[in-house]
Amino acid sequence: MNGVLAILEYRGGWNRMSWEALAAGQALAAQLNQPLMAAVAGANLDEAMADLAAKPLARAFAVRHPLLGEYTADGFTAAFEQLIRALDPALALFPHTYQVRDFAPCLAMRFGQTLIADAIAIGVDSGQPVFVRQLLQGKLNADYRHAGAGPCFVSIQAGAFRADALAGEPSGARCAVEEFAPRIEASQIRSQPGERFRESAQTVDLSAASLIVAVGRGIKEQANLPVVEELARALGAELAASRPICDNGWLPMEGQVGSSGQTVSPKVYIAVGISGAIQHLVGMKGSKAIIAINKDESAPIFEVADYGIVGDLFEVAPALTAAVRKVKGG
Amino acid sequence: MKIIVAVKQVPSRDSAIRLDAAGKWLEERDLTFEINEPDAYALEEALLLKQKHGGEVIVLCAGPERAGQTIRETLAKGADRAIHILCDDLVRLDTLALARRLAAAAAAENADLILTGLQSDDLGLGLTGVVMAEILGMPHAAIVMQVEILDSSVRVKRELEDGWFQWVQMPMPALLTIQSGISPLRYATLMGIKKAKTKEVRRIAPEQLSPPEPPTIALQRVYLPPRKKKTQIITGAPAEAAAKLADVLKFEMRVL
Ligand SMILES: Cc1cc2nc3c(=O)[nH]c(=O)nc-3n(C[C@H](O)[C@H](O)[C@H](O)COP(=O)(O)OP(=O)(O)OC[C@H]3O[C@@H](n4cnc5c(N)ncnc54)[C@H](O)[C@@H]3O)c2cc1C
Repeated sequence: MNGVLAILEYRGGWNRMSWEALAAGQALAAQLNQPLMAAVAGANLDEAMADLAAKPLARAFAVRHPLLGEYTADGFTAAFEQLIRALDPALALFPHTYQVRDFAPCLAMRFGQTLIADAIAIGVDSGQPVFVRQLLQGKLNADYRHAGAGPCFVSIQAGAFRADALAGEPSGARCAVEEFAPRIEASQIRSQPGERFRESAQTVDLSAASLIVAVGRGIKEQANLPVVEELARALGAELAASRPICDNGWLPMEGQVGSSGQTVSPKVYIAVGISGAIQHLVGMKGSKAIIAINKDESAPIFEVADYGIVGDLFEVAPALTAAVRKVKGG
Repeated sequence: MKIIVAVKQVPSRDSAIRLDAAGKWLEERDLTFEINEPDAYALEEALLLKQKHGGEVIVLCAGPERAGQTIRETLAKGADRAIHILCDDLVRLDTLALARRLAAAAAAENADLILTGLQSDDLGLGLTGVVMAEILGMPHAAIVMQVEILDSSVRVKRELEDGWFQWVQMPMPALLTIQSGISPLRYATLMGIKKAKTKEVRRIAPEQLSPPEPPTIALQRVYLPPRKKKTQIITGAPAEAAAKLADVLKFEMRVL
């Protein structure tokens, strides 16, 4: 067993989390003094492989098959199982995308392994990698180690590693691209995927908003929404929300910020009663300034906030509305 | 149609969090517990499918004695019966071992569909359902937002990133991991709560399901996340803090 294999995601274009996973792989491979490899599956991979050839890799693999043109869990699991058996890497690394959530747990299982999912950091202790994961939606961290024999499977959280940390090949040399043709039969693929689609034309385009007030479960009831609506009105801000608010139907889905909603980067993002789970953070941490109002001083939202008020939103939000009106009026 | 819903009992969101003496888990005495939120949505979907297509909803839960409370709540909402794998080693167990237990108990039922939440609110690995499917040799789909039954197959809407979706069809039996928000949750009725008391909860010891195996991953320690960023906390009574913040918005951020 040798080497770190990063399994990346490409579908006519790269899932940009691929480069973050590759950066994680690069750091780990350097620390373990092992070669870094990367692989991508699909039917049309020419452009993908041209991109990979310029990366600082020992080997790059095009896992190519007509049946891999559209993602299926069965196809991708079978293909990568064959690649991993052939390469026998010490570690297989993935970006923690929605697609990886769908097949990587099965793939690890084929090797009798448990995927260490959604890791936020990797350390090395006595030559052994230690993976940091979040528990309780970011309230706690935990250190995990791989305990079994066989390859270790890990997926990397969005934003945990910086894609721009991915050092290029200093010499400008290009790595050789290798073809890997998995054996897959159409009969092995049990699910039929349809077209990808978006639900409706987005009526609220939050990506252009310069001020956003976002409300979370701290608001408790739909009947309390006027508290934040008034704040948004006073500020001239758009109103957005965390997922549970949209799940409950209290605000339209289009107003959802996060990994399955919109990505925003306003001048100021005011998070009211939002805990700051990673799936929310990925959608708003590019904001120029972040303000959090939360009664729990240890809420993870304060990890990204520039300013915070620790307090009850039912007192703080109306007070802020009044203060904003006063400053604007005066 | 026979549907199994695998549910987990987790620390409730507003529980006080204190680490245990060994730094390996939480001090359980401080905690209150509730059903894992995505699992509540998985149960809801199962109950809706039963209303539409008839059949039976069986709740499957691995956990200690206290998980019995969560099981009762699922029965009160309308599940027909439950299987409780009575075990208090969940924190030490890896997903593989847990999924083997759950899969062994599920296999005996020959269900048409198995639903689970997409991940647990405490560990958040998002593995159990998908690994169960692999063990049982069933097709699966993760992060499901809609389910339609078509004769012997099931058509599901998978959630993808950034507001994208995709329909995927697969033969049954199949396993689906359900995303929060798939449809509004129901409350238990008084009648339901009464009826739940008479419904069957079969208890199984884990040894009856799968032999113990050495763990493949190990949770070594838990700790409070180190704070990297210095947030400026604005102090004072609400009106005072709000006034200071309004000044920041005007003079520093220049948005007022
Ligand atoms: C695959 C997947 C995709 C997801 N996609 C998204 C997404 O796109 N967007 C998203 O937002 N989430 C998403 N989630 C859900 C995410 O994991 C969190 O569950 C969610 O963001 C939590 O929302 P919240 O912060 O509003 O609620 P909670 O986590 O319940 O937080 C509520 C907060 O309010 C505070 N509070 C309570 N009462 C008060 C009060 N009176 N005054 C002040 N503060 C108070 C609490 O201290 C707490 O911090 C996704 C999850 C998964 C698994």
